[in-house]
Amino acid sequence: MTDLLGWLGSPQVTSLLVNMLEQGALFGFLGLGVLITFRFFRFPDLTAEGSYPLGGAVVAALLVARVNPFLATGAAVLAGAAAGMTTALVHTKLRINNIIAGIIVMTAIYTVNLRVMGRANTSLLDTSSVFDEVVQGLTAVGLTVRPGAVATIAVTGVTLALVALVLGAFFRTDLGLAVRATGENEGMIRALGVDTDRTKLVGLALSNGVIALSGALIAQNHGFADIGMGLGVLVTGAAAVLIGEALFGDRTVGWWILAAIVGVLIYRFLVALALRVGLQPTDLRLITAVLLLLALAIPRLRRPVGA
Amino acid sequence: MLALEGLVKRFGKGTAAEVTALDGVSLEVSAGEVVTLIGSNGAGKSTLLRTILGTVVPDRGRVALDGRDVTRDPVHRRAQDIGRIAQDPGESTCAGMTVEENLAMAGRRGRARGLGWAVTAARRATFRARLAEVGLGLEGRLGTRVGTLSGGQRQALGLLMATLSTPKVLLLDEHTASLDPKAAELVMAFTGRLVAEARLTTLMVTHNMHQAIRWGSRLVMMHAGKVVLDVRGETKDRLRVQDLVTKFYEASGTELTEDRLLLTR
Repeated sequence: MTDLLGWLGSPQVTSLLVNMLEQGALFGFLGLGVLITFRFFRFPDLTAEGSYPLGGAVVAALLVARVNPFLATGAAVLAGAAAGMTTALVHTKLRINNIIAGIIVMTAIYTVNLRVMGRANTSLLDTSSVFDEVVQGLTAVGLTVRPGAVATIAVTGVTLALVALVLGAFFRTDLGLAVRATGENEGMIRALGVDTDRTKLVGLALSNGVIALSGALIAQNHGFADIGMGLGVLVTGAAAVLIGEALFGDRTVGWWILAAIVGVLIYRFLVALALRVGLQPTDLRLITAVLLLLALAIPRLRRPVGA
Repeated sequence: MLALEGLVKRFGKGTAAEVTALDGVSLEVSAGEVVTLIGSNGAGKSTLLRTILGTVVPDRGRVALDGRDVTRDPVHRRAQDIGRIAQDPGESTCAGMTVEENLAMAGRRGRARGLGWAVTAARRATFRARLAEVGLGLEGRLGTRVGTLSGGQRQALGLLMATLSTPKVLLLDEHTASLDPKAAELVMAFTGRLVAEARLTTLMVTHNMHQAIRWGSRLVMMHAGKVVLDVRGETKDRLRVQDLVTKFYEASGTELTEDRLLLTR
């Protein structure tokens, strides 16, 4: 017991927490994006596995071409939104099942990503990133900021909070309510005069735009974009959403959004912890699967049988 | 107000299970008329309502609302003119959203939905006032999630949502059938007040013969996809349950054996 307490106060744990906050904040956007489709629209949108690396690929290609990092990141968001809209159109106009529509678009984006980057992996080590830009900007106005994990956490944390607030506000507008109702009771909201083809377009664009933002920021943080970086992100996002839900329960939209972000942080913490206690990065998928299973099972086990 | 002409609808065409749900139904409902629609299971009542709502497109025939042909309009494009509530409270309300959010969605029926706040102080005041009229204490539960309300409260809310932005036609599809007798009575009383106040053109499907006779200004009986009885005015007021049973026998050539239809009072 004393060993554990001692360990909890060690520099090891501090670096573990810093790593959790850094990666958690970057993956937070992924959690928000998956929340929109997985919870509000109630289907696992596999477009995420394409729009996330698409965000990375677009930002990488533009950064290599010396485009301003903020513009490049914005373009990545738009590309992700376009991917989401493609899935929505395939689903609504061609009447193809939403999961299949996601799979088709995800498959197509793989090639798009290769074409955008021109190869399977693009290094960003000698290009500027949004994090560098902010650090330089702050230094220019006289603030001394050291680049590194803490700066990344600050920049990403502020952006994540802004995106979360904007999404929270959006889902309280007339259009936002219609988007939520589209997932919950499509027949009702259509009978109230809403063209659900359009609300699906809006929802999937938002979701995949935010997911692409996650991919774009991660690529800039890790210093490379890779064609395989999207593998498993939907499961990661879903695990985060489910962990958050297991903690906070099913409440208002604000809570859902907070739960998704906290869920990502906890997910990252548990993964980091698992790696520290001796599991290898090759075990990551198994760890994710176990976490996903636990997040799903624990709320069920807590409930009395039959409830 | 509402004109149905020669509506035909078959389900499962070309299969052994082909069913003719509507077999040439024509019905003209004038503004302010309150029609009760009765018939045995499979008579086509619900299909008729769905054809008006737009979730069912007829094989033949025409649906016109206020002179406008809406037969092939998708649901959302005719929603501005139609308020509807179904038997299952889950169909007409969003369980995961709050009372005020549900009302806010209904308040924008058929109008553009932008990025303005859905629940403003002004709208909330309106909702509270309208909910107070229901008399179920809902005015104090604006922030409550609808899924936690009772069936009666949910149907009353659904009714308010269906009529909030006064529709041209109100469709009630056995909206009290899933409720306990006391709740059903409350919801029916509220329905009566709403319909009378706004002079709503109403079509109500019911299994309850007493209700069908007592309620409204016109009674329509359907059997096997056809209208077999259409009475109004004094003729309707003089009807008794026994008359309906006889009429049913004449129309269908079968005994009325459906317990649900006979026993509901």
